[in-house]
Amino acid sequence: MTSSSTPFPADPFPRSTWPKVAGVLLAVYVIYACAQMEISWERIDVGLHNAAHFFSRLFPPNFARWELLVKGLQESLQIAVLASTLGIALALPIGLAAARNLMPAWVTWPARIVIVMARSFHPVIVAILFVKAVGFGALAGILALTVASIGFIGKLFTEAIEEISERQVEAVRATGAPFASMLWFGVLPQVFPRFIGFATYQLDSNLRNSTMVGIVGAGGIGGTLFAAFQRFDYDYVCAILLSIIALIMLGELLATAVRAIVIDNATLRDFFRRGGTSSRERHLEED
Amino acid sequence: MLKLAHLAKSYVTGKPVLTDINLEIAAQGITAIIGPSGTGKSTLLRCINRLVNPSAGEILFEGSDLAKLEGAALRRARRHIGMVFQEYNLVERLTVMENLLSGRLGYVSSWRAWRRKFPADDIRKAFELLDVVGLAGFAHRRADALSGGQRQRVGIARAVMQEPKMMLADEPTSSLDPKTSVEIMELLADVGRTRAIPVLVNMHDVELARRFADRIVGMSGGRVVFDGPPAALSDDVLKQIYGGEQWLR
Amino acid sequence: MSAAGPSQGTRPPGGEHVIAARAMAAGPVWHRFTRGQRLARFVVYLAIVAAIVLSAQSVEIIPEFLADAPEQMADLFARMWPVDWSHYEGTVHSALMETIHIASLGTLLALIMALPVGVLAAHNLVPFTPVNLLAKLILVSSRSVNSLVWALLFVGIFGPGALAGTLAIAFRSIGFVGKLFGEALEEAQPGPVEALAAAGAPWMSRMTFGYWPQVRPAFWSIALFRWDINVRESAVLGLVGAGGIGMALDAALNLFQWDRVALILIAIVAIVILAEVVVTQVRKRVI
Repeated sequence: MTSSSTPFPADPFPRSTWPKVAGVLLAVYVIYACAQMEISWERIDVGLHNAAHFFSRLFPPNFARWELLVKGLQESLQIAVLASTLGIALALPIGLAAARNLMPAWVTWPARIVIVMARSFHPVIVAILFVKAVGFGALAGILALTVASIGFIGKLFTEAIEEISERQVEAVRATGAPFASMLWFGVLPQVFPRFIGFATYQLDSNLRNSTMVGIVGAGGIGGTLFAAFQRFDYDYVCAILLSIIALIMLGELLATAVRAIVIDNATLRDFFRRGGTSSRERHLEED
Repeated sequence: MLKLAHLAKSYVTGKPVLTDINLEIAAQGITAIIGPSGTGKSTLLRCINRLVNPSAGEILFEGSDLAKLEGAALRRARRHIGMVFQEYNLVERLTVMENLLSGRLGYVSSWRAWRRKFPADDIRKAFELLDVVGLAGFAHRRADALSGGQRQRVGIARAVMQEPKMMLADEPTSSLDPKTSVEIMELLADVGRTRAIPVLVNMHDVELARRFADRIVGMSGGRVVFDGPPAALSDDVLKQIYGGEQWLR
Repeated sequence: MSAAGPSQGTRPPGGEHVIAARAMAAGPVWHRFTRGQRLARFVVYLAIVAAIVLSAQSVEIIPEFLADAPEQMADLFARMWPVDWSHYEGTVHSALMETIHIASLGTLLALIMALPVGVLAAHNLVPFTPVNLLAKLILVSSRSVNSLVWALLFVGIFGPGALAGTLAIAFRSIGFVGKLFGEALEEAQPGPVEALAAAGAPWMSRMTFGYWPQVRPAFWSIALFRWDINVRESAVLGLVGAGGIGMALDAALNLFQWDRVALILIAIVAIVILAEVVVTQVRKRVI
């Protein structure tokens, strides 16, 4: 590398010092936190030895008690579907009520508080409370996930409504339409696709959560999983886990398909069409 | 210098985009490639530096067939070919200086590039080039803060940073206003002259081609239908290339 | 709605088809959706309704419990008041701090692990489909297993405590971060990268100069977003023994100390709100 004595007109890469400072602070924090939580290399080492032993007990997965497994999955599915339905149905009016560009303050404030409260608690905690209130079983799970759905969809839906174009609403109002019509023709068409996106996302999320609220007694496969775990039935645990993963993957696929059909107007045939050469290349010659 | 022999390309079998292209580009001067949209001009240029893979044919440059190179050998060959793009293709969030130095990425190891440890010579060249293209003092501006013409200058400077043996320009002026287009073409001509390297330019604007090119190649339907000096570009020839009469005065 | 057709009330010979033919002869007809699209939409609606009906019919809910619910909830809230504030200085504060450490270290670890996997999953960066699929499989599995279940797994391997919790958060977050990061990569503009390839830059330099500057803001946004969610998740991991405030919650629940439960719930809401405030502030300044 040849060096030179003439200085450059300016420093080629002026950098602010802020990222470097942040990096150092982060490193210090990591060391501090690890110490606080007693995380050390020895513990990790011991754990890794355990891990090998643990994994050997996981595999091969044992599907012998598959009826119980299927029943648990079924219940989780039911919880997810019903909680989503209720949650979506309730989130629509509550989300509308919380929109500051539509409603007066005495309506938006209570609605916004409801949504914030619904979001603040982890679904599991809400499930624990409902189990205490309505007893063990699917009902607690459904109610808990309904609350979670209202929190999630409500917040995003309200944000979507507050971002709409005022002009379209104005136009409908100018025709002398009543409030409900203004909502139906001015507001909802603008936010409908996003609402569907949130709804399918929440269905997916509820499916994930429904497999887990059983751990605290709110129904579904989570209970079966927890019981198997405490009995050290690790191969059965593995079977349950694999089924859960498969169910959720299926759910994701379906959610994508529903979004494609309802929002992007896909047809059933679109799902079977194969790709061709990279479409990017072909676009080169299309001006 | 550059020799294309029986170059062909189809994206979909049965629908060729380029058919039997044979061209020899001399060691100096500006060659303008003109023709209607969709006729394969962009594909032709991109075949040369293998951004697109030709279906058949040879691309002879500096003693090797570019069509057959792969991996590290291809990258080494690409270092010697500078390319300027219609949409500038700068890294928007990086500074002008970083964009210039990215022209040297073929010569600097990834690790040193990541840490921005470029050789002092490269940095000096970069500052000098900024002066040459008329952007002195812009070194630390972000690329997305520049106008179209300024961005294209950075694009050209980046290509020149490679110390190329040939320049390719894919519709470099199509996104620019007429005055800036002329400035950019003058810059390209300047680069070609000072470095004594050939410059291949795709363009839409026939007048611009006539004004700046030493040689014009007309394409139509994926074939070369005209190859000669601008003076020989008569209205009949243009009709043959583009079709239609309305647009000719 | 046809412009010309048979008069009201009379049925021409030939029935519906004749009416349709005459309507078509009257002028062009406009449909919002093609037949293929309508079929697809119909299938979706049918499936949704079927799912809801099937679930509602087969789910095991005891109606008496549902009727009892409001009374039970009122009783619950009565037991929670007054809140036991004195309990805070003891275990609750340190458990709260531990929760934040779990969330932060877990997120950090996830970012480090998710970066390479996200890159491997993006087809425009790594054009080898088997590798893309494997990486996407890793990401989906990470997301499908709930953080509580990950926590169970790691408690089994590493024993109860914050180490299990941190790893659970990390492994759960890889899928989330990796998926969103992969999407950001796929949406990056290919032009600048093409220019770098044309200059002969090797793969790594194309990544660091071409893609990273484009996706960097999205990366930090995703990181903040996930940290926010992880604070919420970390709070409940203790229910299965993985450290943090969940353990205090579990203890209080088992002993039916509802006033302490109330304190812990309030503490959880507090750090969740705090985390959101931090995230909003950082977003404003940095991104």
